[in-house]
Amino acid sequence: MNIDAIRNGIVIDHIKAGRAMDIYKFLRLDELDCSIAIIKNASSEKMGKKDIIKIDTVLDMDLDALGYIDPNISVNIIKDGKLIEKRHVELPATLKNVIKCENPRCITSCEQEIPHIFKLTNREKGVYRCIYCESAPKQKSE
Amino acid sequence: MFELKSLIDITDLTPEEIDELIATAEDIIENPDKYREKCKYKKLATLFFEPSTRTRLSFEAAMLELGGSVIGFSESNSSSASKGESVSDTVKVVSCYADIIAMRHPKEGAPMIASMRSDVPVINAGDGGHNHPTQTLADLLTIKREKGHFDNLTIGFCGDLKFGRTVHSLINAMVRYKNVKFVFISPQELKIPDYIKTEVLDANSIQYCETSSLEHYMSELDILYMTRVQRERFFNEADYVRLKDSYVLTNEKLQSAKEDMCVLHPLPRVNEISVDVDDNPRACYFKQVKNGKYIREALILKMLGIE
Repeated sequence: MNIDAIRNGIVIDHIKAGRAMDIYKFLRLDELDCSIAIIKNASSEKMGKKDIIKIDTVLDMDLDALGYIDPNISVNIIKDGKLIEKRHVELPATLKNVIKCENPRCITSCEQEIPHIFKLTNREKGVYRCIYCESAPKQKSE
Repeated sequence: MFELKSLIDITDLTPEEIDELIATAEDIIENPDKYREKCKYKKLATLFFEPSTRTRLSFEAAMLELGGSVIGFSESNSSSASKGESVSDTVKVVSCYADIIAMRHPKEGAPMIASMRSDVPVINAGDGGHNHPTQTLADLLTIKREKGHFDNLTIGFCGDLKFGRTVHSLINAMVRYKNVKFVFISPQELKIPDYIKTEVLDANSIQYCETSSLEHYMSELDILYMTRVQRERFFNEADYVRLKDSYVLTNEKLQSAKEDMCVLHPLPRVNEISVDVDDNPRACYFKQVKNGKYIREALILKMLGIE
């Protein structure tokens, strides 16, 4: 299958097969009017199968937060048809308004304007905790 | 030097800062006259969005004994929260009137929001089932005065270890001392949460055991921290009724305890400590109340930067 190479934009690579749409939704790519290619189940030497997203525009967004969804993905920045930067995302130290605290006892449950902020408390296990009530979100579905 | 804008969690304080607070509290106990006018012309605002008797009165008594004044409210119905005002706005307004704020709120994290918005120091006086650092300071002052040290203690926690904020705070404070061991005594449904085991106890290589028997480890304990099963922490009344009488401490059960073991309780109690135990020399829970006032005096002084 042929997908045109992009000249200026971002390629999100090494997405766990089947999770491209999660990232599409998370980055709100549906709100963009540029070309976007979602490649599902591409063959990969390292992963067997993987998903890829190609975005044909330069975005100003917090790509580090992608590390929360899938810490194994890589982000390639393309300029004038050349790869100028390859980033491996890590679990971000803080997540702001990425996930919501679901603890009904948390102050965020009743005061709507408060930002939902989570801090990484255990990098090894990928545990985040709400900075207000310290509860951890439910594990992401695999 | 004491550098703390707000006290939200007991771990906001270093062990050295806790030592400093305890030293000040002990000096207040020894020399009360020295402190009678230390907070003259200063105002403490007690913002209690949830009913409380002892914590609010303890803060108010502490400020009055330091020569300061107190403003505030004791339930959310008598504040603008009943009109729908946010915690942020309430605190922003109150910090225009007061020099320091003590705040209790049923929602976890509310005092942290307050501390982010306030121009004056905020003390967390209890946020839901989450933190209650000044109770922990009262516990620590009592332990220091009764045992003389924090190292090498075996502490039993009994009752509601799942929702008991005072238990969680005291564990967080005690894991920083040497050779401290814990015995967790609770029914299955109210066991200590897993995240405390992994992220606090295991992370600090702390020895602990869990049991459903109040008597089994009694002879090994230096401190027994009793707690009440709190109705307000349950969404389901039936669960509360089923668990509320799980453990009742009596003089008979204390027979195997060490002579110098201390029984602590954050109070109020319902029936988890028989009134007969009040006369037992091991009972320290009313001393704990008094110590709570002294340590709050020390905290107010330190947070206001008054020597």
